[in-house]
Amino acid sequence: MKRAINLSVNGVARTDEVEPRLLLVHYLREVLGLTGTHVGCETSLCGACTVMLDGQAVKSCTMFAVQVEGSEIKTIEGFATNGELHPVQEGFWEKHGLQCGYCTPGMIVTAAQLLERNANPSREEICRGLEGNLCRCTGYQHIIEAVEYAASKTAGK
Amino acid sequence: MIAAQFDYKVPNSLEEAVSLIAADPDGSKILAGGHSLIPAMKLRLAQPQVLVDIARIKSLAYIREQGDEILIGATTTHYQLESSALLRQICPLLPLCAASIGDVQVRNKGTIGGSLAHSDPAGDWPAAALALKAELVLIGQGGERVVKADDFFVDFLTTDLQPGEILREIRIKKPTGKFGHAYEKVPHPASGFAVVGVAVNLSLKADGSCESASIGVTGVGVKAYRPNGAESALSGSSLNDAAVIEAASHACDGVDLNNDLFASGEYRCHLAKVHTRRAIAKAKASAK
Ligand SMILES: Cc1cc2nc3c(=O)[nH]c(=O)nc-3n(C[C@H](O)[C@H](O)[C@H](O)COP(=O)(O)OP(=O)(O)OC[C@H]3O[C@@H](n4cnc5c(N)ncnc54)[C@H](O)[C@@H]3O)c2cc1C
Ligand code: FES
Ligand code: FES
Repeated sequence: MKRAINLSVNGVARTDEVEPRLLLVHYLREVLGLTGTHVGCETSLCGACTVMLDGQAVKSCTMFAVQVEGSEIKTIEGFATNGELHPVQEGFWEKHGLQCGYCTPGMIVTAAQLLERNANPSREEICRGLEGNLCRCTGYQHIIEAVEYAASKTAGK
Repeated sequence: MIAAQFDYKVPNSLEEAVSLIAADPDGSKILAGGHSLIPAMKLRLAQPQVLVDIARIKSLAYIREQGDEILIGATTTHYQLESSALLRQICPLLPLCAASIGDVQVRNKGTIGGSLAHSDPAGDWPAAALALKAELVLIGQGGERVVKADDFFVDFLTTDLQPGEILREIRIKKPTGKFGHAYEKVPHPASGFAVVGVAVNLSLKADGSCESASIGVTGVGVKAYRPNGAESALSGSSLNDAAVIEAASHACDGVDLNNDLFASGEYRCHLAKVHTRRAIAKAKASAK
């Protein structure tokens, strides 16, 4: 039996009828066409599907769309404002934080969460903050540097 | 990876949740953080007909001091426990345990109540609940009852919760006097779950010797347990190195050991002893 959900995605109000078993990631990708959120593993381990749910990074493959009724979702498509990259996005660009880019949307969302909670993280804290996100290409070093870049950029250094 | 069909219900209160479940106690399941249940549903290991989402009941998530107790609402997330300044001060074992769970995304969504109710043999909260001698408040159609953590974990993925019952609150006596806490864990490299986890709650006398100790061990057997031999060896001891090593040697006495592809029972038992020793030493060093 379908159920109506009302929510805001990247600042846009949405109302849709969905089956309760529809995963949030499938709602975002297939119903809304927001394919920036990726599906890497579908088993809650890789973090490629990470989105912000009311300001908290969550794995959208491990939630049903009906659970986010009334919430605010921010996906990677919502990170740049008026064509200006978010500091974390800029960090990935400047520090070569990606190769194939498959993990990148999830990495950016999780890194943004990390910096909101800890504006000046150590390298170790960055590694720990990104524990739930896997990258098969970069070896992580450039990703860590991208987050460091974003931290200093935000601090106005 | 698509779950079987189900009906989704959003209660506005705990009472409503209880009556929604009572309509079909065997076909319904509580949904809290969903971070154990949804993976199981995607694999169709669980196929409930109805999900009752208690995470939407705002009044069920809280951390509160009341008299000599700490009260924690069942849907309080791992992250809320990890980041609680109050708990860091009055009961550091809770934030230590919370911080060790999975990754940030899992901690943002998963709840302490869901973890205790699920009783995963590799779950972290059961170890902390045992070490802190928590009491669990369960509510069902017949009213409320309070169960000690010692009696709550029954078997593999099985607790004392009866069909239709909801875990509402976790109650913990505030540690008093000179006490020390530690949580030592060997995380599974992929999921972060505990291959072995040891929670230690030490109460010390003024001279630094041990007044009493309670310990919770997870990952080693089909369910978390208290290693009684280790606890009684510590009680009254000086907590010098020899006493700690002797106590830790009893970490898996009499336990039916978990054996799986990842770690043999023998290896888990070895890890339990090593990490019990380290956790006791850390708890002692942290005592104030
Ligand atoms: C990638 C990943 C890594 C993880 N790593 C760890 C880890 O390192 N350590 C760890 O301990 N856990 C880990 N977990 C599990 C996580 O902590 C879960 O959040 C937790 O086990 C279940 O809590 P939940 O709120 O998500 O419960 P749910 O998944 O919603 O529910 C679990 C079960 O409990 C029942 N239930 C839930 N709440 C109640 C209640 N209040 N009363 C009665 N029944 C209830 C449900 O019906 C269901 O059967 C991990 C999970 C994932 C996906
Ligand atoms: S697709 Fe969600 S964690 Fe991998
Ligand atoms: S850049 Fe390819 S997976 Fe990370």
